[in-house]
Amino acid sequence: MLELQDICFERNDKKILNHINLKLDTKKFYVITGPNGSGKSTLAKIIMGIEKPDSGKIIFNGEDITNKKVDERAKLGMGFAFQQPVTFKGITVYDLLKLSTNKELSKKEACNILSKVGLCAMEYVDREVNKSLSGGELKRIEIATVLARNPYLAIFDEPEAGIDLWSFQNLTEVFKDIQKSSDKTTLVISHQERILNIADEIILMNQGTIQKIGAKEEVFDHIFKSKKCCEEVVACER
Amino acid sequence: MNDKEKELLQEVVGEDPTKADSYNIRKNGKSFDRKVNPNIDIVSKEDNSGIDVYVKDDTLFGTVNIPVIITESGLTDVVYNDFHIGKNANIIIVAGCGISNDGHWDARHDGIHRFYLEEGAKVKYVERHCGLGVGEGKKVLNPVTEIYMKKNSYMVMDTTQIKGVDDTIRTTKADLEENTTLVITEKILTSDKQVAKTNFEVNLNGKEASTHVTSRSVATDDSYQEFISNITGNTKCYAHVECDAIIKENGKVKAVPEIYAKNIDANLVHEAAIGKIAGEQLMKLMSLGLSEKKAEEVIINGFLK
Repeated sequence: MLELQDICFERNDKKILNHINLKLDTKKFYVITGPNGSGKSTLAKIIMGIEKPDSGKIIFNGEDITNKKVDERAKLGMGFAFQQPVTFKGITVYDLLKLSTNKELSKKEACNILSKVGLCAMEYVDREVNKSLSGGELKRIEIATVLARNPYLAIFDEPEAGIDLWSFQNLTEVFKDIQKSSDKTTLVISHQERILNIADEIILMNQGTIQKIGAKEEVFDHIFKSKKCCEEVVACER
Repeated sequence: MNDKEKELLQEVVGEDPTKADSYNIRKNGKSFDRKVNPNIDIVSKEDNSGIDVYVKDDTLFGTVNIPVIITESGLTDVVYNDFHIGKNANIIIVAGCGISNDGHWDARHDGIHRFYLEEGAKVKYVERHCGLGVGEGKKVLNPVTEIYMKKNSYMVMDTTQIKGVDDTIRTTKADLEENTTLVITEKILTSDKQVAKTNFEVNLNGKEASTHVTSRSVATDDSYQEFISNITGNTKCYAHVECDAIIKENGKVKAVPEIYAKNIDANLVHEAAIGKIAGEQLMKLMSLGLSEKKAEEVIINGFLK
């Protein structure tokens, strides 16, 4: 459903993505992992159209989308949860969820979506998406906006970042549900073993290249055999 | 009242003003229609330069609607409206001016509103300004608001100027006594070559007096806005002033904050932020499928909501 062909991206004489080739299949749950600075977030942004590659092609459901803008890709069925959620003055959580679903959305439906990310919905639905919300709350609302869209390809950039351990447990359950039930494709950037455990396939990146794609055991084997590949990859929670 | 005048009135007050408990509609410099009730009296000033509104003590949930409309090109209308709010009264006042100028001459309204709140009075004051019409003549509005608050009184002032006013100087002055709170929210959108200047002067004279002033403005095209606030804390008091502006195209915004603490227990805060729409905000909304233009619209509408 998604194919990246020979993607290169360079900034300040540094090759951030170096000839990336990748195919994602429908109905699979992928996790990209790798050390900081390995190009994970850049790759996700390039898929969504937030960054433009210097060269290479992106094919989505058979269509070349390399030159399509973010909103065009969203309309084709992509969703993206930002690592650092954006705040808005005067826009409520309910407004944002309505924009996400692009249809009439009842408050009850909005609350159901919020409940999925562990927010006590009635308390949040009418609040503004501004800095009065904590980092963890904003993060969960960010994730909710993507769940609300139910896109063909949902991309989550480090969903665990900024979330406390208590909520993280909840979030893991959300991703487990997606993995089990979704007929769509999910791509999560994560360092967390509990998220890696859910993956159908793990994509291991290092220094702008894809080192390995495979099931958890295969990839972990690869990590521990080549110690060079950064230790922090699965450092958390082990 | 013809359809155009009705449309203008609708723009200003957002609903039928005659549904209020009491109202006074002023059209082209003269009182046009009025309704009073046993608790709220409206009396013309002797020289017909405005009205006195008297709200009796303990009046609860009263509403006063005093819109002004101007449809004559070349007219300058200066009006003095005084509001005397009795002890422990709780009231909503909706005011505002709409100018529709299809002519070559400038049309201008200077509304001077003075509020005298007695002890324990509560007022919500909503003011809306707008300009319509395609003539070359300017639409000019210079509202002045003076607020005098006695012990334990509370006032919310909500002012909006969303479109079509070429030139405006808005002046608000307030003196606050003990244990009073004044909340001011101002929203302004300017476009073309419009100029809007606002000036807030609040004196916190009584212990535990507090004020919150929030200004949200959007300056587009070649328009210019100026926000000046001058808050003085003379005793144990609290003030929070927040000026947020979005600039687009060649829009210019100048914010001049002044907070002056004259007492060791005065706690005065000012925040100001001016800038274009954040790229991340646009990107987030575009990732939900909104075009860049629509995303901008949603951000600005929310900002000015």
